[in-house]
Amino acid sequence: MSSVDFTWLIGGPQGSGVESGANIFSKVCAEMGYAIFGKREFYSNIKGEHSYFTVRVSEEKINSNVNAVNLMASFDAETIFRHYDEVISGGGIIYDSDLEKSKTDDVHTLDGPFKERLHKELESKNKPFTIAGVLEIAKEKGVALYPVSFKSILATLAEELENPRLKGLVRMFNVIAVSLSLGLVKMPPDSLNKTIGDIFSKKPEIAKINQHTATYSYNYATAKFENFNQTLLGIEKESETILVQGFQGTALGKMACGCRFQSYYPITPASDESVFLESNDILEVIDDRPGSTAVIQTEDEICAMGMAIGSALTGTRSSTCTSGPGFALMTEMLGWAGINEVPIVITNYQRSGPSTGLPTRHGQDDLLFTVYSGHGDFPKIVYASGDIEESFYDTGNVFNYSDIFQVPVIHLMDKFQASSVITCKRFDPQKITINRGKLLEKVEDNYRRFELTDDGVSPRSRLGIDNGIFWNTGDESDEKGHITEDPILRVKMMDKRMSRLDLILKNIPESQQAVSFGVEEHTIISWGSTKGPILDAIEMLKKEGISIGYVQLKLMHPFPADYVTSLLKDAKILIDIEANHSGQMGKLFKQNVSRDFDYFILKYTGRAMTCTEVYDSLKKIIENKANKREVLMHGA
Amino acid sequence: MALKLSDYKTDVHNDWCPGCGDFGIVNAIQMALAEMGIERDKAAIFSGIGCSGKTSHFINTYGVHTLHGRVLTFAQGAKIANPEMTVIAAGGDGDGLGIGAGHFVAAGRRNVDMTYIIFDNGVYGLTKGQASPTLKLGEKTKSLPSPNTNSNVNPIGLAVASGFTFIARGYSYDVRHLKDLIIQAVNHKGLSFLDVLQPCPTYNDLNTRDWYAGTDLVEEAQKRHSRIYKLEEQGFEPVVHYNSEVEVNEKVSQALIKSLEWGDKIPIGVFYKNELVSPYTQRIKDKIPNYFENSPAKQNISKNGHSNTDISKILDSLEV
Repeated sequence: MSSVDFTWLIGGPQGSGVESGANIFSKVCAEMGYAIFGKREFYSNIKGEHSYFTVRVSEEKINSNVNAVNLMASFDAETIFRHYDEVISGGGIIYDSDLEKSKTDDVHTLDGPFKERLHKELESKNKPFTIAGVLEIAKEKGVALYPVSFKSILATLAEELENPRLKGLVRMFNVIAVSLSLGLVKMPPDSLNKTIGDIFSKKPEIAKINQHTATYSYNYATAKFENFNQTLLGIEKESETILVQGFQGTALGKMACGCRFQSYYPITPASDESVFLESNDILEVIDDRPGSTAVIQTEDEICAMGMAIGSALTGTRSSTCTSGPGFALMTEMLGWAGINEVPIVITNYQRSGPSTGLPTRHGQDDLLFTVYSGHGDFPKIVYASGDIEESFYDTGNVFNYSDIFQVPVIHLMDKFQASSVITCKRFDPQKITINRGKLLEKVEDNYRRFELTDDGVSPRSRLGIDNGIFWNTGDESDEKGHITEDPILRVKMMDKRMSRLDLILKNIPESQQAVSFGVEEHTIISWGSTKGPILDAIEMLKKEGISIGYVQLKLMHPFPADYVTSLLKDAKILIDIEANHSGQMGKLFKQNVSRDFDYFILKYTGRAMTCTEVYDSLKKIIENKANKREVLMHGA
Repeated sequence: MALKLSDYKTDVHNDWCPGCGDFGIVNAIQMALAEMGIERDKAAIFSGIGCSGKTSHFINTYGVHTLHGRVLTFAQGAKIANPEMTVIAAGGDGDGLGIGAGHFVAAGRRNVDMTYIIFDNGVYGLTKGQASPTLKLGEKTKSLPSPNTNSNVNPIGLAVASGFTFIARGYSYDVRHLKDLIIQAVNHKGLSFLDVLQPCPTYNDLNTRDWYAGTDLVEEAQKRHSRIYKLEEQGFEPVVHYNSEVEVNEKVSQALIKSLEWGDKIPIGVFYKNELVSPYTQRIKDKIPNYFENSPAKQNISKNGHSNTDISKILDSLEV
């Protein structure tokens, strides 16, 4: 691993600016050349419950979080209670010294099961149930404590700036915490000033106050705190690096690949994508007048899906974005799109089910549901992206698949990806090709929308073009699209539609079906956002001379059984890693490849995997000490 | 070449029951399209599920037979993506006011410039006559095991409350009058709603053609009068002209009061019309100035097989 591998955690009540604090920190580190992997955890709540952000900073590309926290910035009691034990020996905790006497019972948002565990721990170490108590444990472990009276800082600032209102402005706590942290690691202060200026560029007065606060807090840390063992002095920045949030990958992909209609119903964690699309609804087009995306908020997910299909019938690239519960409502319409051969893309940012489950937490819960979604047999594609950078290019690809094969595509993303922030190479829209398949610009006489063709794909008209009249129906239909119940025609139409599954497997390049990162005796097979923790864990093992293979599945349906079988022929021990209870991909794999998995590494706490815990489990497997089913538990 | 009425008919065999009120509605739609001279490939008929759902197959324009209760969702999406289309949605009262009632209300708030026609017969015909949302409490049509245990919904009243900007009722056996209403509805700028009373000869033995004709009201044939009367013949003034709150409230209230009339006297005609409310497409144009000239369906999205969308400014803002 590189010389800098530093994890910073900031926590606080929801609504207190934890996220903007983390954004400032991430941006400063990225500006100073570091690679970033950040992740936000939050409750299904607007104000008051605990949220936190972990930002991992490295000199080399990183793909996940680790368990160890090097520096924790807190300004409330709950963050300390919940995370003090994640800070490793040699790390540090910045905390509000006014809170030292706070008891666990003073924090009403500490839920019962957690408090019980914490009390047990404190009791066993003979410590009081207070902030002072947990901090003692941290100190004994070798964690440096950095007490700061946040209120005194505000009071001093109020005096300095002759602005008495500042005294009570607890909203500034986040900026103080971030700046103290950056001072402690000796990050050059200019980037902090610049970043705050950028963030508040539209409110110069607020920018000034924040910059003053930041500078004061930064200097406070460098002057008053003894040396911290980690420094982030900045490194050479790689050109064309972007700092991007999870949902922006698919949103930017949609803009670039010509998706011009998106309907949606609000749902966590999917709505951010639609809101981002609407915020950028007018689009610049090369050598042409401006384009635009119609982003429509509907009354429910059923309407979102119906509108997207209606729009797709006009030849517009159309999409909706949702999460499991919303997708559940869309499935009747999915079948309609299937039988009517309507190209449409449903982006599913999965979260923890069943039902509302853990509404704001992570889970790869919808694989089998999406693969088997809709009643009756119809062709569809289920496609999974492994990370944010991939999701941009994959979005372009799935719209092509949808157009070429005239099928609905479910693009699986998840909450881990949606609330991650990463640095990566600037997306290149020129790499996005656009293939509309058999979409017609002009129609000859005697047009038949569902013409039986050799390849099973009919030329596609669109609502409103001359001579292009067609009929659609959810019933079985003839070539024109009129209802039929004729048994012979029924078989022809079914066979025609279902033949598309083979066509898909034949025509989607293998490199887009599954990606092999090497096959070894021990080989991991996984899908979606586990990619990051897996890649980092493999790298950690490599440094110890242990080689583990990894095949990332992307085309989940139709399942690329032959290709995957051929990839895995030299793998002896198969390891399934995924974030759900039942090992859904494992079942799908077994059904298609007729091979059993030897090990399952699963996580369904609602929190994303860290590379540390994946590494630990893999190590156990290598050492023959693992259970067949390893369940990961890290994360508050 | 001018289009004739026959040009709007398909050769699909119509399998509705003999004497079904639906025939009058389809004829009226075809007559209206022909009279307005709307090009066949610039119109799309969307339909729901049930007997009325087959409507789109009988009309020779683009035809989209959708799902139960969902016709408005498909139709609105198509109209928003391609605002040049003439869009008519059609469905039954169970379809639109039962399973699809949520979409009905939401569509009113949106006011997309299109027409929605409900074939209102009080029963679920294609599933053999169960009670539909417009059948009244305690009524027992012939295939119900016991009298209806639900109260009815008032379609006109619901449309008023939901914000539809053109609200009318027609009768499927007065095809000419219905055709005129459809023309007004299609020409209306905004979402128009037509509640069409449509006797189901097979399952609704209460609200029959004879019942609407008032044959049960008096014994002597010469004194008989239809239950149905036309609002326009009574000097009813449904149009909002000035968009003042007072005027809108007055027109909304009188439409609501009229919608409650039922029994011996049943009004048809236009209940409410307000073109001063902006259609949804106009609201999009307010955000996206070239929306009508370069609607989603019209946009060119590629150049030589590659993306032609320039997202560099957004990427610049993400660059560190």
